[in-house]
Amino acid sequence: MTGLAEYELHEGEGGAVLALTGPYLVSSIGAVDEDLRSLEGDIAQVDLSGVSEIDTVGAWMACHIATRHNATITGASERAQRLLGALEGMDSEEQIAAPRLPVWSRVPEAMGEKVFNARTGVYGVLSFLGSLILATWSLLRNPRRFRMVALVRQAELVGVSALPIIGLMSFLIGIVIAQQGAVQLAQFGAETLTINLVGRITLRELGVLMTAIMVAGRSGSAFAAQLGTMKLTEEVDAMRTIGIAPMEALVIPRIMAAVLMMPLLGFYASCMAIIGGAVIGDVILGIPFWTFLSRIQEVVPTYDLWVGLIKAPVFGLIIGLAGCYHGLQVRGNSEEVGIRTTMAVVSAIFAVIVLDAFFAVFFTELGWG
Amino acid sequence: MSEEENAFHHHARYRGDYPIVVEGLTNRFGEITVHEDLDLKVQRGEILGVVGGSGTGKSVLMRSIIGLQTPNAGDVRVFDKSIIEAEPDEEIGVRDRWGVLFQGGALFSTLTVGENVEVPLKQFYPEISDELRHEIARYKVLLSGLPEEAVSKYPSELSGGMKKRAGLARALALDPELLFLDEPTAGLDPIGAAAFDRLTRELKETLGLTVFLITHDLDTLHEICDRVAVLADRKVIAVDTVPNLMDLDHPWIQEYFNGPRGRAALTAQALDELRKHMDLPIAEHAVKALDNASSSKDKA
Ligand SMILES: Nc1ncnc2c1ncn2[C@@H]1O[C@H](COP(=O)(O)OP(=O)(O)O)[C@@H](O)[C@H]1O
Ligand SMILES: [Mg+2]
Repeated sequence: MTGLAEYELHEGEGGAVLALTGPYLVSSIGAVDEDLRSLEGDIAQVDLSGVSEIDTVGAWMACHIATRHNATITGASERAQRLLGALEGMDSEEQIAAPRLPVWSRVPEAMGEKVFNARTGVYGVLSFLGSLILATWSLLRNPRRFRMVALVRQAELVGVSALPIIGLMSFLIGIVIAQQGAVQLAQFGAETLTINLVGRITLRELGVLMTAIMVAGRSGSAFAAQLGTMKLTEEVDAMRTIGIAPMEALVIPRIMAAVLMMPLLGFYASCMAIIGGAVIGDVILGIPFWTFLSRIQEVVPTYDLWVGLIKAPVFGLIIGLAGCYHGLQVRGNSEEVGIRTTMAVVSAIFAVIVLDAFFAVFFTELGWG
Repeated sequence: MSEEENAFHHHARYRGDYPIVVEGLTNRFGEITVHEDLDLKVQRGEILGVVGGSGTGKSVLMRSIIGLQTPNAGDVRVFDKSIIEAEPDEEIGVRDRWGVLFQGGALFSTLTVGENVEVPLKQFYPEISDELRHEIARYKVLLSGLPEEAVSKYPSELSGGMKKRAGLARALALDPELLFLDEPTAGLDPIGAAAFDRLTRELKETLGLTVFLITHDLDTLHEICDRVAVLADRKVIAVDTVPNLMDLDHPWIQEYFNGPRGRAALTAQALDELRKHMDLPIAEHAVKALDNASSSKDKA
């Protein structure tokens, strides 16, 4: 059955009568809603006797018109009367949306909040690092509380399951460096230096840096999202009440996994990049594959390897710290999980790149140039 | 049917006897069979309580009825339309005629309570003006027994009981004919639970609802349920009024209704009835005596 909500205004005794006819339901009221609201003039009666069906929305409409025009409602069926009775005293002016400031004060306020958040963010991360150190210290004194299983599980997630994607990425990067390098170096007739280029740049810089970016995207985000969800569902609070410190059970295994896996992954990435370079050397430059690899040993100083291996755990610490810190900062709603996950990844990658620049200068000054 | 008519097409209220019919329902998760050949009919205009031990599949039954869980076998018809044959998100003209209150409330956490109530209205009836939609959202929130200020609050700012009420307001947004409540009074204090029971009853009577109510609360069963369906042994083993169920000779039912808590709920209700019907001073004595008797029995 379909029908339309309709209305008609006619003169009756005692003034104008607004007769509503048809179904007055949430599904049909859209047709007359605007018109009824904008009715002008005096109405003495709202006649519901022609209404075939009614729900609370229809009753609300009738109530609304009657109040606005100071009219009486007549002809209400038993059901309509019940609904009208239930809606009595249900008027409210409360805003539906959360209160929102006007633009001119909202924008500066948001700006100021950003500045303050940046400051409290730095303080927050530093104090998080502090409590991490304290928790580590207390773990060192009570090694039996250490969660080996959690560490192994996280190491698997951060390290082992990242091997295929990091391997492939590094292999391709090695190919690109060797191929582009060879093209440029050929202009000086120095194609053989491609070996130096590939070996030094991957072991020293790119292997670890690209790995850090990949781990931040894969695992830093996972840390933040998982801890954030646990925070929302009060799992973190539950742990605290049982006497489990979230620092020990959640944060330390994750950060340790990142710190321990980063050097391994970084070294692995460098190796894969060198293999990629060697393949290109074989195919394009005519340097045999094994010759390329053994030349690496001669042209790359050992300290290049150390530079990479020293940077890697620091990057791992930054990634783990950012992921866990932002995850535990989640409060309120699901949107916050998304925001914090983004912040964890962006701030980790940013910090890694800034620190990498410092390291570059530092090691050169040290004479490891 | 013209374009315009189509836009404001509405459903007539259901006039049949059984808005929900479940036949031969079988649900399996891997090795576990939760339901096997389960039958259930819900009468129009009743509050049907659904009870059963934890993990007997009450929530799964509800999810099957509202089409969130595709059963392994059997048929579910709501308003005489089969839910099983429809795709999960297909429009079959029943989703705007029921309201669901999930066990955890399931409010959208990034929206205020008022905006939560507006979501189904916007989804199904975009033609309704903003002004009217806001008004509807406001009175639905008040109708669910929340204070006015709650309209613009976020779910994370509400207490557990208030979240339940906010969930109820959203379930009522479209003036449904069918209301599904999954353990609405679980986790509420006794006063809050009793108020929620009263509210459910009142809403059922004023709005003419049919209510499918999963509960563990014996007081709820005694106070507001017209009939109770008992889930055990992967089936609905009985559907009847509470007094009739108590006479049945099934171990779980006996344990449930005639165990210590079942008897306490029954005594409480009997006392209420007595208070309601007798104003005589002598009745006061009787009530006090009964009260004392029941409390000393509890101690013993
Ligand atoms: N998605 C699922 N996967 C596997 N098993 C499930 C799933 N949902 C429910 N179950 C199982 O079905 C049974 C009934 O669950 P449920 O309906 O939630 O119980 P209750 O009656 O307490 O509401 C339980 O044994 C539960 O383990
Ligand atoms: Mg359940």
